[in-house]
Amino acid sequence: MSQAFRTARGGSVERWSPVRFTFDGKEMGGFSGDTLASALLANGVHLVGRSFKYHRPRGILTAGTEEPNALVRVTRAGGRETPNLRATQVELYDGLRAESQNNYPSLAFDLGGVAGLARRLLPAGFYYKTFMPSLGAWHRVFEPAIRRAAGLGFVPGRADPDHYANRYAYCDVLVVGGGPAGLAAARVAASSGARVILCDEQTRFGGSLLADTDARIEGLQAVDWVDDVLRDLRGSDRVTVLPRTTAFGYFADNFLALAERCADHLADPDPVQPRERLWQVRAKEVVLATGAIERPLVFAGNDRPGIMLADAARIYLNRYGVRAGSTAMVLTTHDSGYRAALDLQASGVRIVVIADARPGADAAWVERARAAGIRVALGTVAEGTAGYLRVHTVRTRHVETGRIETHSADLVMVAGGWTPSVHLFSQSRGRLRFDAALGCHVPDVSAQCERSAGGCRGVFHLAAVLQDGQQAGEMAARAAGASVQAGRRIQVTAAPGMTGSSVPPGDGPYAFVDFQNDVTVNDISLAVREGFRGVEHVKRYTTVGMATDQGKLSNINTLGVIARETGRSVAELGLTSFRQPYTPVTFGTLAGMSRGDLFDPLRITPMHALAAADGAVFEDVGSWRRALYFPRRGENRAAAVARECRTVRASVGIFDGSTLGKIEVTGRDAAEFLDRIYVNALRNLPVGKCRYAIMLTEAGFVMDDGIVARLSENKFHVTTTTGGAARVLGHMEDYRQTEWAALDVWLTSVTEQWAVIAVQGPRAREVLAPLMDVVGLPHMGVRDGIMRGVPTRLLRVSFTGELGYEVNIPADYAAATWTLLRDAAIAQGGCTYGTEAMHVLRAEKGFVIVGQETDGTVTPGDLGFSALGQAKRDFIGKRSLSLPDMREAERLQLVGLLPDRALEEGAQITAQPAPPAGTKALGHVTSAYYSPTLERPIALAVLADGRARHGEHLFVPMPDGAIPVRVVAPAFVDPEGKRLDG
Amino acid sequence: MVSLLTRASAFDGVELAAPPLHLSAHPTIERWLFRGDPAAVDAIGSVLGLALPREACRAVSAGTTHALWLGPDEWLLFSETPPLVPGPAENSHALVDIGHRQAGFRVAGQQAASALNAGCPLDLDLAVFPVGACTRTVFGKAEIVLWRVAPEMFHVEAARSFVPYVVALLREAARGVV
Repeated sequence: MSQAFRTARGGSVERWSPVRFTFDGKEMGGFSGDTLASALLANGVHLVGRSFKYHRPRGILTAGTEEPNALVRVTRAGGRETPNLRATQVELYDGLRAESQNNYPSLAFDLGGVAGLARRLLPAGFYYKTFMPSLGAWHRVFEPAIRRAAGLGFVPGRADPDHYANRYAYCDVLVVGGGPAGLAAARVAASSGARVILCDEQTRFGGSLLADTDARIEGLQAVDWVDDVLRDLRGSDRVTVLPRTTAFGYFADNFLALAERCADHLADPDPVQPRERLWQVRAKEVVLATGAIERPLVFAGNDRPGIMLADAARIYLNRYGVRAGSTAMVLTTHDSGYRAALDLQASGVRIVVIADARPGADAAWVERARAAGIRVALGTVAEGTAGYLRVHTVRTRHVETGRIETHSADLVMVAGGWTPSVHLFSQSRGRLRFDAALGCHVPDVSAQCERSAGGCRGVFHLAAVLQDGQQAGEMAARAAGASVQAGRRIQVTAAPGMTGSSVPPGDGPYAFVDFQNDVTVNDISLAVREGFRGVEHVKRYTTVGMATDQGKLSNINTLGVIARETGRSVAELGLTSFRQPYTPVTFGTLAGMSRGDLFDPLRITPMHALAAADGAVFEDVGSWRRALYFPRRGENRAAAVARECRTVRASVGIFDGSTLGKIEVTGRDAAEFLDRIYVNALRNLPVGKCRYAIMLTEAGFVMDDGIVARLSENKFHVTTTTGGAARVLGHMEDYRQTEWAALDVWLTSVTEQWAVIAVQGPRAREVLAPLMDVVGLPHMGVRDGIMRGVPTRLLRVSFTGELGYEVNIPADYAAATWTLLRDAAIAQGGCTYGTEAMHVLRAEKGFVIVGQETDGTVTPGDLGFSALGQAKRDFIGKRSLSLPDMREAERLQLVGLLPDRALEEGAQITAQPAPPAGTKALGHVTSAYYSPTLERPIALAVLADGRARHGEHLFVPMPDGAIPVRVVAPAFVDPEGKRLDG
Repeated sequence: MVSLLTRASAFDGVELAAPPLHLSAHPTIERWLFRGDPAAVDAIGSVLGLALPREACRAVSAGTTHALWLGPDEWLLFSETPPLVPGPAENSHALVDIGHRQAGFRVAGQQAASALNAGCPLDLDLAVFPVGACTRTVFGKAEIVLWRVAPEMFHVEAARSFVPYVVALLREAARGVV
């Protein structure tokens, strides 16, 4: 198809650069600088989609982001598919492939269109009325069916191959919108030396100026003035100019989110470049210059392809050199309909009539139209339209006489006045007011450091818009602390001013208020008749203004209908909230770099590669990755863990404990400080000795545990759980700084300074002796030393019940040390073991793990440490322990269980094998393992009054029958601790 | 003391190529965390021959020895030439060897600040975060210490286990940076 509707000249498309594209498989031509919509129109295509609910044929209604109908899927190389793009925003490039949506089997013949015939069966609130009374059927029948039918477009089937960028940015003045007001604001703000960011959602800056062929600004054509201003702005390194960038959210403290589209307009994008970039901007001051959107008119059959906003038709002509039709008529309530009619007529489009709903219009515009030979019918409204896939006739009625006329036209330009885009202002929590003279809402009271300028605050004449923008820019720069020279008045010659008046919305079938959600006047009337009187309620009941429209096209017309139905004024009705995002944002943009390996930091220990080389299977523990077990050939998990456990008990095992939290506590009052933090008495801990210690929250519950080792009079090495490292350091630092500032104590995290290798088992001494001095180091002793020239910190501690050491070694030497110890252990008949064997070995001994045996409601007494801290004057949590609840005998206490078969962690414990429903459990299983040492399943549990129940037989009911258990003391192996000396 | 063990580096196996940025592991020999009261600050200053910065978020250097203010009583000290610090003499301070706890690298290039701003939410404009400024901050989901060494060069310190993540995120940020 040739571009039959392209003008011979004019517009700013690059006529020297033709491109080919396909729409629904059909190849067409356009130019660089076209949007998909303008190129389709140049080829005479208006029908571009089917409506959401009734599958009505729909055409291109607008020329901007407010487009409700022309939603297409664009397919690009490499499996890139994007649904629901607005054709009015899709930039044309050679080879672009686009498809219409929501139609089957084809756009022109769509089976879903029968839904239109059943319109009376799909009234407002249809879902609520039909489905909610029978919820069962909803889940089984209706919801799955509706889910299939609902939604627009399809989710792409493949992973997104593109990458996305993120950028935090700051500026003095952020200008949103690059039309005349925004450009004037940015220019004057930049001239003050302020840091300025200027963004516009379109490819080209200029906004309304891009379609303005009349205006001259500072002696230049409007588009040349735009280029002039941009050149200046881009020349300054204090100014960031962002085209194709939508400010989609305005948050607290002048924080705005901007989505920059970097690659979708390119036929062959550079893979190094991100597809989109999220800008998170903190601006001292914001200028909103977001312009205004023309309103459609509401009348029966107002949604047929070929019916278009008047200014959109003018933009297609003046900016893209495209006539949107051959024979056109105008339906208007605003002078801007005349301006569009005059421009189109001058280009050769025949204008059959301007039907103006107002009984009297601005005489100047009427005269201009009539002088150009256009018939003007005042006081005339649309009654109905005809034409299935494209409008061909419009019936009008003279309001006063009732006289009906039928006009033939393939383009119907509608001009219902202008709605300021107050979305971002409203998101900033600013208060709006209804301006009765303008018939729209405008910003009233700001809540943040922002100001609106130009069309978005109801200032429409170009001279005033430029002035307004300049003033806003000056004020913003000044408020941001820059010194600004007052700009001189911008000289403008432009078309005469335009006004309009609010005319009540029309009526009749298929009189759409919201095109995207298929909401008609009748739907809203019905909602009001059914008692939904508030705008928020009407919105939720009818879905008007929801989804991507966010009131852009529908707001004022909806309010008009509600006002008419309720007999209230629009000002009284208020507004629904404008939600982020202003236009849809891809998930990729929001996810940014947080994908795959970069989604979350993965922390590995210095021995990780060696463990992996030994065939370790790993588990994730918080952000750490730890060796779970080291299977040998043919071993499954259970076999490997059992072998590791037996090896530790029989000879020796080595274990990577590097993830343990470590804190060095120094200062004259270090002992006093730790004594207050921990339940245990630590002031009297001798130098060179360690103590197992528990810390509580202020509520008296176990928070963390670990080893406190006294290195010297004023220096301690303290360990924490792996997961508690940061929390414990923060807890200590909090008390140090706020409660006990007088204490001389200093805290330093050394978690990653020291790697830890645990050497456990009766042959541990033989493994270590050749490498370091272990002679005379008693159980719970600590000693700093030197191993092959490297400082070490050796703790003799045991989490297995065997003779055990923990070798601390500076992290960079850990791998070399691991290799030495691993080889030495193997020579002693030992092996490496992982976290699972570590868990089993400690459970056999009844050693608790904070977070496994404890859950934030467990006291030291519950764990069997009743005597701990009794003699101390004070420590964190002590007072809470004296509360009656904390001493009650019925509390859950730690016990061991000997079950007949394997238990599940978390399972409930009861007195009867099959208790009636509602029976309170006596407790629950906290750890359950197979014990290779005892060759039977064992478990740890918390049980009401557990210590008094040793010897009792209880049950753990499971779906396949209750498991009998015998309650025992929580120590299955070597309860006397004889093995600690090897 | 000469070590007989092989010393590994936090950067082993970490790819540093990040065009258009230049990333290089910093050859730190010694690294200490100093915490102490004002008297101890003066004392260590005279030992070091380098007065510790009292101004918040500022670094000072003497030769290849650097002191970074991290908090009202906390400084990061590091040096490319041993030995930096003699053994602690008094008790009203902590001087803890953290030579292995974290690692440092340099990020240089015209887009260094922009790339860091992919994950660091601070204002890195030269007027706001000038040469000599340093702070604890975040880069993505990792805590880092950031120090502006030159208008287009930053020193980044990250905990040892976070180094691979921080470098990988920076490499990703460098792709298509503007």
